[in-house]
Amino acid sequence: MLNYVLSRLLTFVPTFIGVTLISFAFIRVLPGDPIIVMAGERGLTQERYAELEQQFGFDRPIVVQFWEYLTGVLHGDLGNSFVTKKPVWDEFFALFPATLELSICAMIFAVALGLPAGVIAAVNRGKLYDRTLMSTALVGYSMPIFWWALLLIIVFSGNLQWTPVSGRIDLIYYFPDPTGFMLIDSLASGQKGAFASAVRHLILPTIVLGTIPLAVIARQTRSAMLEVLGEDYIRTARAKGLSPGRINGIHALRNALIPVITVIGLSVGTLLAGAILTETIFSWPGIGKWMVDSIFRRDYPVVQGGLLLIAVMVMVVNLTVDMLYGVINPKIRKR
Amino acid sequence: MSETMSVEATQATERPGRLREFWFYFRENRGAVIGLWVFVVFAFLALFGPWIAPHDPTAQFRDATLQPPFWQEGGNWTYPLGTDPLGRDMLSRLIVGARYSFFVGVVVVSIAASGGILIGLLAGFAPKWADNIIMRIMDIILAFPSLLLALVLVAILGPSLTNAMIAIAIVLQPHYVRLTRASVLSEKQKDYVTSARVAGAGLVRLMFVTVLPNCLAPIIVQAALSFSTAILDAAALGFLGMGAQPPTPEWGTMLAEAREFILRAWWVVTFPGLAILVTVLAINLMGDGLRDALDPKLKRS
Repeated sequence: MLNYVLSRLLTFVPTFIGVTLISFAFIRVLPGDPIIVMAGERGLTQERYAELEQQFGFDRPIVVQFWEYLTGVLHGDLGNSFVTKKPVWDEFFALFPATLELSICAMIFAVALGLPAGVIAAVNRGKLYDRTLMSTALVGYSMPIFWWALLLIIVFSGNLQWTPVSGRIDLIYYFPDPTGFMLIDSLASGQKGAFASAVRHLILPTIVLGTIPLAVIARQTRSAMLEVLGEDYIRTARAKGLSPGRINGIHALRNALIPVITVIGLSVGTLLAGAILTETIFSWPGIGKWMVDSIFRRDYPVVQGGLLLIAVMVMVVNLTVDMLYGVINPKIRKR
Repeated sequence: MSETMSVEATQATERPGRLREFWFYFRENRGAVIGLWVFVVFAFLALFGPWIAPHDPTAQFRDATLQPPFWQEGGNWTYPLGTDPLGRDMLSRLIVGARYSFFVGVVVVSIAASGGILIGLLAGFAPKWADNIIMRIMDIILAFPSLLLALVLVAILGPSLTNAMIAIAIVLQPHYVRLTRASVLSEKQKDYVTSARVAGAGLVRLMFVTVLPNCLAPIIVQAALSFSTAILDAAALGFLGMGAQPPTPEWGTMLAEAREFILRAWWVVTFPGLAILVTVLAINLMGDGLRDALDPKLKRS
């Protein structure tokens, strides 16, 4: 077991350095002189240029520059935003709870609907239920979510006036946000209607972001269930006279869950990519919108730092899932 | 059902050719056949769109802006699906738009697949250290969420449809590398490869003639699935303003242009997205059918 963990950790190191290298290279492969881009000043004189070159460290060998960038990253120094002048690191973690809250809600939505849908489809294999559910899942899987968001806005915000179009909460509410999670903070503030407002703002983005994971989980649950339902111990359970609910719910589902959990863990990347579109459409103040805005503002330190932090986050989650999977399933460890 | 049984019986006796066998299994999946037909229509529109479209997709009819589709009050048959805020015919734009999505799919899959297969073959046949280096590089690319990496690449290269295609191809290519390498590693163990090597086949011949054809099945399925991913990602980039630029009638770009009119004119938003959904759905249906028909594990069960 220890060997397995160590070998997984060892592959993490070169990948981490590679990811850092890509984000380091980012600002240097941009069209134009990086110093002029980074200075953001007009009419640079020769002396000022040299001064800036020294200030940014561009006059030193590239290896030394990369080493300094790498050590800076490990100390949590990702430079400052051009626009707000605040450290990228602080900005990222100020906005991160918004994305995390949305992602968690989307994942709960996806699992709560996807698991039962997959089980029902598998148990009724080939019947109408199965075909309807799986066709729906395939539509969800093929959905351009930015269009899906616009449709939901037309129906629920435009025609029915049920949900707001943008933001995390109505502007009339104001309270401190110690956790950064709007649902928790609005409850803790004790203001009347604040929690309901936060929930109403969350509904549409949650559905939009959760749609593709929902479809993936439903399909994955179905195929995992079908595999398990063919096993001998299920036949034994049937022969013992256990009720179908007990067989499907306890014997089969529990064993079908292992691949499903992996899929859930590995969809963090999908969620973050979806968050870019979802947050942009709903003006959700999270990481995705922050990255898109920064790309348009040409706020390069933010793009560079955000890219690195997101990639590292995805890597850490994947590594954790891999290891947990090894703990649950001994077959994997022995590879 | 009995009809298919008898067909199966006759085919089993005469050992059908590969293509016929494939078609036999593909046809069993009704969704896949529907997907194929939709795809044929899509490809037809992509090739002949400009000659079929009733109007010029960029012509602005100033006296007919934001006209609803024909079945709604105020709509008429001159513009069957209505017009956009600049008075351009929606139907014509959608028909001509098919060629951009088709083009994106074909180009991205060709670049990503050919590059990925080549690198995957190299990794599968290379010594262990080189294989390790290649796969770590692929891990690095895969660590970034695909849309984000594509977005940043386009930001570096400059927003245009060509750059969006390059970015998406780079992002999709590691999947082909992994798939090819995995198949190569398992095929390499087999006796026919050893016998080819003993018979004196060179490395290049082993790679491309002996092993590669036997690895193609999963790659073909992946190609179908990444065709739809490419279309979706290109539309998403267009929607974010980083793909095709207006007035190109690319479906994602059309959606971006229509965003501010969503509460006033539902048709300018609904139809481009529907076009994307139907196309992607058809290709995914086809991909599922391909997988069922090509995957020997599922075939005979």
